[in-house]
Formats: sequence, C-alpha cells, structure tokens
Amino acid sequence: MRENMLAYGFLAPSLLLFAVFLFYPMFKSVYLSLHSTDPTGQIAAYVGLDNFKAVFQSGLFLQGMKVTLLFVLFTVPTGMLAALILAALTHNRFKGMRIFQFVFSLPVVLSVGSSAVIWKFLFHPTLGMLNYLLGKVGIDPIPWLTSPDWALISISIMTIWMNLGFNYIILSSGLQGIPDEIYESAKIDGAGPLLTFRKISMPLLSPTLFFVTVVSIIGAFQSFGQINILTRGGPMDSTNVFVYSIYQEAFVNFRFGTGSAQALILFAVIMLLTLIQFKWVERKVHYQ
Amino acid sequence: MKTPWTKTLLYALLTICAALVLYPVLYTFFMAVMTPEDASAYPPHIIPQSIDLSNFTEVFDIVPIGSFIGNTFLVAGLTMLGQLVTASMAAYAFAKMEFKGKNVIFSMFVATMMIPWEVTMIPNYLTVRSWGWLDTYQGLTIPFLATAFGTFLLRQFFMQLPKELFEAAKIDGCGHIRYFVSHVLPLSRPALGTLAIYSFLSMYNSYLWPLLVTNTPEMRTVQIGISMLEFQESTAWNLVFAGTALVILPSLLLLVFGLKQLVRGMAAGALKG
Repeated sequence: MRENMLAYGFLAPSLLLFAVFLFYPMFKSVYLSLHSTDPTGQIAAYVGLDNFKAVFQSGLFLQGMKVTLLFVLFTVPTGMLAALILAALTHNRFKGMRIFQFVFSLPVVLSVGSSAVIWKFLFHPTLGMLNYLLGKVGIDPIPWLTSPDWALISISIMTIWMNLGFNYIILSSGLQGIPDEIYESAKIDGAGPLLTFRKISMPLLSPTLFFVTVVSIIGAFQSFGQINILTRGGPMDSTNVFVYSIYQEAFVNFRFGTGSAQALILFAVIMLLTLIQFKWVERKVHYQ
Repeated sequence: MKTPWTKTLLYALLTICAALVLYPVLYTFFMAVMTPEDASAYPPHIIPQSIDLSNFTEVFDIVPIGSFIGNTFLVAGLTMLGQLVTASMAAYAFAKMEFKGKNVIFSMFVATMMIPWEVTMIPNYLTVRSWGWLDTYQGLTIPFLATAFGTFLLRQFFMQLPKELFEAAKIDGCGHIRYFVSHVLPLSRPALGTLAIYSFLSMYNSYLWPLLVTNTPEMRTVQIGISMLEFQESTAWNLVFAGTALVILPSLLLLVFGLKQLVRGMAAGALKG
C-alpha cells in the first residue's frame, strides 16, 4: 500500500507533464480538427470532417505528400549508404581511425538552425563556394535553391550531411556488436573482405539497418528547420514538405483547424511506420 | 587488407570523405576570421588570407548574441536538470518498485514515444499562449521537462543494478527514497551523463518551438538568432559566420568530451528499437 503511494509519487512529475503537454493536446488536436477557428485560436464552429476534406481537396495533402516522399527517396537510401560505407571502412583498428570516427560523427551535434545557415551560404548562387568549386572543374553554376528542379535536391544534400553523424554512429555500433569470432572463422574459411561483408556483416546488421531506415523516414517526415531557413517551401511549393505546410496553415494563416487535421494525418502516417518497426523488432528478437 | 597499398588507398579514401564532411564546418571557422574584403572577394578565398578576430566582438554589436547564448544555455540547462529529475524518478519506480497498474502506465509511456511532436504543437502553443507564457522561460522549458526516452534509458540502467544491493540496504533500514538518492543515483552517473548530454544538445539545437513561442530578441534562442543574422541586409558574411561559429562551438566541445557517452545513449536507443 505504502509502496503504491510512493511509486505514484515518483511517477507524478512525469505523468503530470505528459498529461498536460501530451495527452491533453492529443485530444485537443482531434477536437480542433473537427472545428473551424478564428485567427486567435478560439473555436468558431463545428465543421465535422470538413477540415480533412479541405486538406485532401485543396491539394495541400497531395503536394505535401509528394514532396515529402520525394525527400525521403532522395535522403534515406543515399544517407544510409554513405554512412554504411564509412562505418565499414572505419571498422578496423588501424592507426588514426579515431580521428575519422570523430569527423564522421561530428554532424550529429550540429543543429538544423546553424547547419542551414552555413549551407545557405555554400549554396549562394554567385558567391557560394559550391558553384565556385564546380566552376573550377568546368561545370556551369547550379541554381541550387532558386530553381524548382534543384531546391529539393539541394535541401536533400544538406540533410544527408546533417544526418550522417547519427546514421554513422548507429551503424558503427551495430557493426561493433558483431562478435569477432564470426569474422575469424570466415577468415579461416578463406572469405575475402567483400564476401565477408555481404554474407556476414549485412545479415547481422539488418536489424540495425532497418532501425536506421525507419528513424530516417520518420525524421524526413518531420523535417522543418532546413526548409524554413533555406527555401520557405518554395520555389513554387517544390520544397513544401508536410510539417512546413502544417506550420503555414496554423501559424501563418492562423487556420488551427486545418492545421490540426494535417497534423493528425501526419500522426497516422508515422504511427503506421512505427507499427511496422515494432513488428520487425518482434522478428528481430526471434531472429537472435 | 594487409598490403601497404590497400592501406594507403583506404586512408586516401577516408581523408577525402572526411574533408567533404568537415568542409562546411571548416568553412564556417575560416569565414569567421576573414576580414570583410577577404570574405566578399571574388573569386572566393578557400583559406583566409589574414586572421581577423575582431569579427567575434563586432557580431555582439549587431545582434544580441550574448543574450541568445545566455538564453539557450539557461533553457537547455533547466530542461536538462528537469529531465534528469523526472526521468530518474519515473525510471526508479518502473525498475525497482511494485505497484498497481505498473504495466498500464508503462505502456502509456511507450505510447508517448509514438506521438510525433508536431501533433501536440498547435494545442501546446495555444495552452502556453493562454497562460501568458509566450516569451518566457517557463514557456520554453516546461513542456519538455518530462521524457519517455530518458525514462527508458535510465530504467534499463537501474534494472542492471544488483538485487543484493537493495536487499543489503533494506536490512540497514534504508527505504526507497534513501536507496534511490544515496545509492541508485550515484551508481548511475554514466547513464545520467548520457541523458544529460542528450537532452542538453536537443534543447540547445531545437528550432521550431522557440520560433513559435518567442518574439522579442531578448528571448530568442541561438538557433533562431543565427537565422536572423542573415536577414540583416548590411551584415557582412564574415559576421554571420562569426556568429555561427560562436553558436556551434559549445556543441563541438560537447562532442569532444562526450562522444562516448552520446554514442552509448544512441546505441541504447537503437537496441531498444
């Protein structure tokens, strides 16, 4: 009995905060999504599913989804492949490897705010270092952020760089988790490094790879900072990802109802991705 | 992989990759010490021709970067402390105590990790605004004082502490509170350190929430402040980069001293799935 009370006492601060800033807002989101609001956020009228209809019909959803999926496609496979190669190459005990490990982990501590500012100048059309360096090797300047064809690619390049640290750290610790004996016996059997990597590291790393995939996809769905600083959704909505359009609806147009409807759609998508991941974790446990 | 040839090739390849990854950061520090002429020269200079440290003092005159940095440290520090307290208490209850509804509450904690932050953003903004907390430290920190991730991280660590330790403490007449404060917490310094670095960094680097709840330059955090720098028409690039360098320096230092801790925390997150 006393232990009960005491345990609730220990949980109380967390529970209270979750109740106010997580559980209540969840319900409030649903409530808001079914209402129209005035610009101050006061409820104006009950509108049923009209907000959701509006999101689907106005093309906001389709455009946001299309851009977000493209963004996932650009950033996730490339980002993981780069991190995997670097993790594999630095996974040995040669001299000086710790320096490389440090460098490849480095982007993990850089925020989206400062990274985006740095890249904004690297992308600068005339004075930017990227176009200058391209000019050195005889390539015409690229309209990185100003052309609808390039803007999403540019943001993806910056995002891949920014995510490299996290992906690299997770994949490196995944590789370190593979016992040395397995490699030893492969060596005795005469397997070369590439074969060993394909036949041993990759399968044993697959749970980690899957984790990184899911986290990266969810991360891509939640990207905001780099979009807001680099392009503000433009040019011509070519970088208007999902969260940016939620931000636009709620905090620029002050339509909290449709904003909430969009946020709930995002929640459904992320929930689906998380459930897939949990299913995989079950299999992973079985697998080991 | 043993021949000197492949080894040289490996080092060459890694050096090129490292240069590519490092370049944006180096560029920041190079630009930060360039003179205005040097920074706006065309063709651009890859390496500074001269070193001018006055940029760092000058940037303080243009934007209140001192108060940005002060705010951010205060906000990140408060959140870090708050998360350490709330998460360690909740983790202790889950790891070491038996109580009614433990499983239900535990699955509720699991569920919170699935809620993307964006879903609660609009209602939380309205709540914070209705309480008059816009442009205040409580508005910036209090919504983030509890953490499900941190609770899991610490719970995992607490569960590894030997049972015998608690038995022995109990015989000595030690209750849960004293056991928690004088045994569990001191023994868990590595895990607490991991959570501390993790939560400090994520608060230091957060962007969207501070953008929503702060308006006055006095209350802005560095991440917002730094993106404001580039909108100042008259500002030269070298000053923007001096500001950026000042902003990323603390996180780089944290990486130098805390890489191991940070890696441990992230790996724990990955294993837990």
